[in-house]
Amino acid sequence: MEIPRHWRLQKQRYALVGEECPHCNAKIFPPRDVCPECGGEAKEPYRFSGRGSVYSYTVMNNAPAGFEESLPYTIALVKLDEGPTVTAQLTDLGEKEVAIGMPVEMVTRRIKEDGGRQGMLVYGYKFRPVMG
Amino acid sequence: MNKVYIAGIGQTNVGEHWDRSLRNLSAEAILAAMHDAGDNVAVDALYAGNLLASSASKQSNIGSMIASNAGLTGVETFSAEAGEASGAAALRMGYLAVRSGYARTALVVGVEKYTDMVGSNIDRVIAHSVDYDFEAMEGMTPQTLAGLLMQRYIHAYDVPRTSLCALPITAHANAVHNPFAMFRRAISDQTYSRAGLVCDPLNLMDVAPYADGAAVIMLTADETIARKNDKPLVEIAASAGAVDTLALHDRADALVFSAVTASTQKALALAGMTLEEIDLYELWDAFSIYGVLSVEAVGLAAMGAGWRWIADNADLALVTMGGNKARGFPLGAAGVYQAVEAAMQLRGAAGNNQIRGAQRAMIQALGGPASNVITHILARTV
Repeated sequence: MEIPRHWRLQKQRYALVGEECPHCNAKIFPPRDVCPECGGEAKEPYRFSGRGSVYSYTVMNNAPAGFEESLPYTIALVKLDEGPTVTAQLTDLGEKEVAIGMPVEMVTRRIKEDGGRQGMLVYGYKFRPVMG
Repeated sequence: MNKVYIAGIGQTNVGEHWDRSLRNLSAEAILAAMHDAGDNVAVDALYAGNLLASSASKQSNIGSMIASNAGLTGVETFSAEAGEASGAAALRMGYLAVRSGYARTALVVGVEKYTDMVGSNIDRVIAHSVDYDFEAMEGMTPQTLAGLLMQRYIHAYDVPRTSLCALPITAHANAVHNPFAMFRRAISDQTYSRAGLVCDPLNLMDVAPYADGAAVIMLTADETIARKNDKPLVEIAASAGAVDTLALHDRADALVFSAVTASTQKALALAGMTLEEIDLYELWDAFSIYGVLSVEAVGLAAMGAGWRWIADNADLALVTMGGNKARGFPLGAAGVYQAVEAAMQLRGAAGNNQIRGAQRAMIQALGGPASNVITHILARTV
């Protein structure tokens, strides 16, 4: 199990907290130590709205260890409304066909089991189609 | 600075070697390369290219293991890791050592032992090469990245779903005559379009099969050694690397392999060559979409036209010995296989797959979706 590692990332996983560059105001997710837009040091936390749209997607029919119970699952590149793109699973799809451009919003879900059935449950962001 | 010549080459069959270890595979390729070099050549250094050993085989410090098992006492050694481009990184280490004069003769060993672990566990280990915190933690593997890129490519350029078939078909046709290849069988359009989906729209024929194997190049500054046994003289004319973001989501345009462009341009400039002077291009077909985006990034085709360029292309030979798709894809060893295959072409020793009059070859290895790109140019000299 990787408890320190999951703990360290809880703000990103639970609340989609990235950064706002203090020099050029670029919104950054996942957080980086240097702003990709202006090269300045980036340290100011910024909470994203969790709204975005599907840039691309694919369906996993085989899973790496730890994700077998989710099969089959859809992974997408989600372009957030604030600019950056994030990699995440899509959820709550029901009968809905996924399409590039589809509006989605962030929800918190169980991501994986770290250490098998007796292991730790890791929660984090997934994205679902915007309701209504 | 020294010229860097290829003194010897060696390779094992690519495949699932259940009965053989990292030691056995690397030794076979080392001994073959030393024999090709004319035997009794003193070696100063051994650089190993490998991706999985520390996790799949639970073995680190593989340079020591490989060197001592092959009876190479007293050499300097360590391994290079650059994701799937690790073999090319080791080649670059060997090149730098010989070119600088710090080593007279160096062995570059690409070795991968994929089948030391099986099932979803080996998929998890291979996923260590993507961004662990923000890609692998979402259930992603390298295949997911290729699926996402192919889906976007088809959407962005409105191309048919089967548009990427030309590269795997070429690779399989070429592997028929490569005795070291994993799949020595040609495939048809129908085989491609009927293949099962892996990561929609990516199908099984878009994916290079992971495998075991070892390939070795002996580099030397000594022209006499390189000419032993009347071998045609082949040199490494350029070596260059470039990075892009590790994670695909961090790129402004995912369909632009900018590190391929940068690495190619650096290598061509160092060699004093233009792309038109290259006779064969061993591009990186870990996935067929990577090959398509690569020919666009090096400037052979416009964005969105790479798939058609590959289908129509008669001017520049690609994946001449089967590429990763059909020769088989021994991950961190594949970059050294490319070098061995290019050397065979430039020596005129590629058999039925010989590119007539080949003088210059460009080989290119990609770690991840062009997150780390290492390009070498090999040239026949007189």
